[in-house]
Amino acid sequence: MQEEEQEQKKNPKTEAKEARSYKPSVFRESGRILYSHVRRNPFYLLAVGFVIAYLVYSALAALFPQITGFDPNALNLNVALHPPSLAYPFGTDNLGRNLLNRVMAGAPIDAAIALIIVSFSFLFGALTGSIAGYYGGLVDEIIMRITDIFLAFPGIILALAIAAALGPGLLNAVLALSVVWWPIYTRLARGETLSVNSNQFILAARASGLPRSKIVTRHIIPNVIAPMIAYATTDVGNVIILFSVLGYLGLGAQPPLVDVGRLVYDGQNFIQSAPWYPIIPGIVIFVIVISFALVGDLIRDMLDPHWRI
Amino acid sequence: MGFLAFIIRRLFLLVPILLGVTLLTFVVSHVIVPNPVLVWVGTRHPSPQQVAAITAQYHLDDPLYTQYAYYLVDLVTGNWGTSPVTNQPVLKLIGTYFPATFELTIAALLISVAIGIPLGVLSAVWNGKKLDYPIRLLYLSGVGSPPFLLALVFQLVFSYYLRILPSSGRLSPTLLPPTHITGMYTVDSLLTGNWVDLVDSVRHLILPATALALLTFAIITRITRSSMLETMNKDFVRTARSKGLPKRSVTFRHVLRNALSSTVTVIGLAVQFLLTGTVVIEYIFFWPGIGLYAAQSILALDFPSIMGVTVLFTLIVVLTNLVTDFAYGVIDPTVRLQ
Repeated sequence: MQEEEQEQKKNPKTEAKEARSYKPSVFRESGRILYSHVRRNPFYLLAVGFVIAYLVYSALAALFPQITGFDPNALNLNVALHPPSLAYPFGTDNLGRNLLNRVMAGAPIDAAIALIIVSFSFLFGALTGSIAGYYGGLVDEIIMRITDIFLAFPGIILALAIAAALGPGLLNAVLALSVVWWPIYTRLARGETLSVNSNQFILAARASGLPRSKIVTRHIIPNVIAPMIAYATTDVGNVIILFSVLGYLGLGAQPPLVDVGRLVYDGQNFIQSAPWYPIIPGIVIFVIVISFALVGDLIRDMLDPHWRI
Repeated sequence: MGFLAFIIRRLFLLVPILLGVTLLTFVVSHVIVPNPVLVWVGTRHPSPQQVAAITAQYHLDDPLYTQYAYYLVDLVTGNWGTSPVTNQPVLKLIGTYFPATFELTIAALLISVAIGIPLGVLSAVWNGKKLDYPIRLLYLSGVGSPPFLLALVFQLVFSYYLRILPSSGRLSPTLLPPTHITGMYTVDSLLTGNWVDLVDSVRHLILPATALALLTFAIITRITRSSMLETMNKDFVRTARSKGLPKRSVTFRHVLRNALSSTVTVIGLAVQFLLTGTVVIEYIFFWPGIGLYAAQSILALDFPSIMGVTVLFTLIVVLTNLVTDFAYGVIDPTVRLQ
């Protein structure tokens, strides 16, 4: 009796375990793709680690400003333009401020800006693009013609003009970047919608009498979002580049906040005597952007069914 | 449909785009600005006379639709405002700065095509193999570098450490510029046979043009790569291979020639990237073109100049897209039917 009971107890568990291990899991597949990329190019692993560390640090620095425990604006003229050393890993600027501290204080702003801009553009683009693609006709024409007009602008120039019109400052930079950033997402979402729309399950939903608005929100948008995520991840880097250009030209974060792009501008006058001053903040931006691009690459391959075979 | 009808239809499509674009620049420069008079006059504390003059010059007291009408008329008649910093008409300043930017952008476009297409071909031929990864990394570095980093590193390495190329300007200060024909120093010195100036202006051009090209070649590499990969799977390529043609001849004669037609379509996008890149690149290399003018205007918050450059760059992008559309219509007749 006892043995039988034990067997009965055991069986469902082991079965479930076996079933789980045979079921093709998204995570396992993703892990396999990650492994195959990393084996060919170890930079992918570094990029994943760096992006996670950067985002966690930025979130912590934003939520608990006191944990950073340093003043990025602290002056010490005795060590002005000190080259990188153990005490000052990134060197110091012309006023003896620790550049590591300044970069660490400025970098979370870039993360916040990039996430805000990309999420806004993503949501706005997914909504307008899927509506345009699904309804077609006049709605499509109106939305896409407006999008075309925004796309006709060289993005940086329009953003610079808007930021200049509104005046220098972080909030205005966010507004300026949001205005120029969404059109690509609208176009992307419209294209994806058109391809999702031709699927059988949309026809089935329509045949079963689901209202159009529900088809868009329940069926179209969830299927459109997946391919957009990979693009959005890479795009975080693009926003950071553009924001750093705004900052470089004085339209980003204003003192006492630190803008990493502005550090490069301030440092370039010292490029001959203290090359680390402009170059290191630039390299930090470069590393952040590349990491997001590599992670975006990975996510794209994970979401792309061709890689799963 | 004939080619003429295709061109006419595209020109008609241009009208709503141009109206929309000008409406947007109007909204930026007249509607969202908190205090238009202060922005246009260029000083924080203008005198009442200045305020009155600026209000009259830009019709700031009229209702918005009248202002827009005036704005359009001013744009067409060439009244693009006056720079409060230099007290010069914006359009005149643009005219002085334009040739330098044109020269730089064309040089950068040539370099980025020269890097972009071979890399795209190699990356497609080596698709998925080990050697594809370094190309992908190089291409990511082009995409990932903020424009000022590349420019500063170039300056540091080639001008300050190796001392082989000049760090700024278009011509050594000891030389006189060549006779003004096109305004592009390299072309002018070539036309007038001024070899000293030619060598010197080319030496000045190399660093900014290469930095600009490295920011842009990635678009060309990407489209060449993907259209090569697509063409490789086509029937005529299989036929060519099964005829026993050598692999190299199939790749270059059949695949590349057909794939290049879609590379033409991204030239417009590349020009857009190049123009926006000039703002930072020209500032760092002190290249006296539109980009430097734009950067200096932004740093000084010279608003009429900023808007002038915005309109100019947008017009260039719209027109380049039109020309690439035409070019594509010539290369690929099926486009005309869409």
